[in-house]
Amino acid sequence: MKGKFTDNLPKIYGLYTGGFAIFIILMAIAEQAGMSAKTIGIMFVAFTVVIYAVIGWLSRTVQVEAYYVAGRQVPTVFNGMATAADWMSGASFVAMAGGIYFGGYTYMAFLVGWTGGYILVSSLLAPYLRKFGCYTVPDFIGTRYGGNLARFCAVIVLVLASFTYVTAQINATGTIASRALGVPFELGVWVGLISILMCSMLGGMRAVTWTQVAQYIVLIVAYLLPVFWMGAKLGNPFPHLMLGDEVARIGELEAQFGLVKNAAADLKAAGVPGGLSSISVAHSEVPGGAMAAWKFISLVICMMVGTASLPHILMRYFTTPSVKSARKSVAWSLFFIFLLYSTAPMLATLSKLQLMDPNLATSIIGKSIADVQAIQWVQDWTAANQVFIADFNGDGILQLNEWFMRTGVVVLATPEIAGLPYVISGLVAAGGMAAAMSTADGLVLAIANALSHDLYYKIIDPKADVQKRLIVARALLIVIGAAGAFVASLRLTSILGAVAWAFDFAMSGLFFPLVLGVWWKKATRQGAIAGMIGGLGAGTAYLIYVGPKFMAMTPWLGIDHLRFGIIGAPVCLILMVVVSMMTYEDNAEAKAVSAMLDETRIPVGKTILGNK
Amino acid sequence: MSNKEKHWDKTKGLMFITLALWFFFGYVVFMFGGSLNSASFLGYPLAYYMCAQGSLIAFVVILFWFANKQEAIDEEFGFAEREDN
Repeated sequence: MKGKFTDNLPKIYGLYTGGFAIFIILMAIAEQAGMSAKTIGIMFVAFTVVIYAVIGWLSRTVQVEAYYVAGRQVPTVFNGMATAADWMSGASFVAMAGGIYFGGYTYMAFLVGWTGGYILVSSLLAPYLRKFGCYTVPDFIGTRYGGNLARFCAVIVLVLASFTYVTAQINATGTIASRALGVPFELGVWVGLISILMCSMLGGMRAVTWTQVAQYIVLIVAYLLPVFWMGAKLGNPFPHLMLGDEVARIGELEAQFGLVKNAAADLKAAGVPGGLSSISVAHSEVPGGAMAAWKFISLVICMMVGTASLPHILMRYFTTPSVKSARKSVAWSLFFIFLLYSTAPMLATLSKLQLMDPNLATSIIGKSIADVQAIQWVQDWTAANQVFIADFNGDGILQLNEWFMRTGVVVLATPEIAGLPYVISGLVAAGGMAAAMSTADGLVLAIANALSHDLYYKIIDPKADVQKRLIVARALLIVIGAAGAFVASLRLTSILGAVAWAFDFAMSGLFFPLVLGVWWKKATRQGAIAGMIGGLGAGTAYLIYVGPKFMAMTPWLGIDHLRFGIIGAPVCLILMVVVSMMTYEDNAEAKAVSAMLDETRIPVGKTILGNK
Repeated sequence: MSNKEKHWDKTKGLMFITLALWFFFGYVVFMFGGSLNSASFLGYPLAYYMCAQGSLIAFVVILFWFANKQEAIDEEFGFAEREDN
């Protein structure tokens, strides 16, 4: 193809999408011809992972600018897609609809929290960090506040937050790889890791960008196709606009079957496996009381502020060609994220209705247990320990509180429940793999880049040449990936717990140093250092105080271990303001900072670090 | 007041308006979730709808609006980037 590479992108990804569609059709034909479900699953995951590896290999580079920020030439809309893939993790893809299925309105706080944060990103940070011209987030902190200690503190917060997050992603990659390929979980984790490294090692940010775009296309097709198909089957070709009656119908059915919370002793006696739940919360009802509203809002605050502090997201906006396009790119990112997030509640609604509504052939609640146990998908998923039936009242009829599922099943098994062909299930597995891999890629790269650029090059060996810096960067990538896979294989925390903690860590230590760094000229180095150490310290101490696996004390005002950023971030803000006011002097350094920020605040002109 | 200061004042103003809109759709709406749910939109209970779609759509619209507004401010004071290389 002729012309600049970036001009040909629409054509390249158009061909790619077409090729993927042809692959899906070929698999559908193969299924009709008798190819086994297991082979189709393997084909889907293997085919997509090989494509990502090829993209990773084609994007290899030996240039620093390309390795760290993709040469700052990623077009606005494509950067939006890459950010969306970077953002939507395996947990979003596999567990979100399931969370809504079981948690109803209360769980949907995550939908609001994981989207609204982008307004903070765009209005407070992204355009200014882009103008600054840094390679990493600690690079901004180190240059704005000056001194190696501030840079080092930022590296610590970044590593703690991102590493917590990446173990959850490698865990998800391993779960999907092990199921699709039929290997044990521990092996699946390492298969996942190798796939992740193939995408990022040779080309750094450049390779990750172009694989993330490819992964976004796979994951969005895999998420939307089954929902629209199911919607059409039920006579609602546009489920987002047309499910009002279905939501109301679920309310009626909940009243008819009754929402019962099972006692822990009953669950134990019946032998219900851990991690499986039954529906005990209303689908669309808002729980009453000020405490419920506060819990909803405090979770939204943590997720939004955490979004604006997570380095693997912020660094995506370092790759756009201009400040203007960084701003537009945030809007496109959220649009692409919105496509999936607005579909998750629809998926949960359709899935719930299919199981509950006695007028539908797929329903199982209220049917005889013997009949339900004869259904093929029920047998398959029971064998995999993902669903469970416990006849508490011994009447031989399946009640709503006697049907247990793991949250991931809602996404992974819904195509089978709705009677869609198996090719859709294979597609969903490939989508989940793409979601988990793309996020893990971004995180591993964020950590390795911070360590190689900020710790090694800026602090330890400022004279290192380009070749040596890139070798260190790649070696760190392997070490961090391997450490992540090792921790993931121990399965210390649940995926959701680890994800929420990452947001809280980032919010406690980085949000105010970043925002005040741009918006308050009088913020000083000492203030930022005090804020980062104090905020992260207070947040972590509180996590240890309330964490169920640590001291497990009663939380204050409902601020539990998922929300510890509510404690950390204000401590960070207060320390930063007080210490800055005590240490600010109107000297030459303050004048230089002021001039630097004046330049940062206007789009025109060279970047502050001068490597445009 | 210099050109740069005027530009920054307008930029700050836009930032505060944007954050006010963000606060409304992200928090105020859900402080009254219980009472909103008795109203309905497209057949959905209103608080459920805002949570599932409404606020999300509002955020996307606010972001595009903000980007355009800020571009206009940059151009007004001559601080816009010349080309979109």
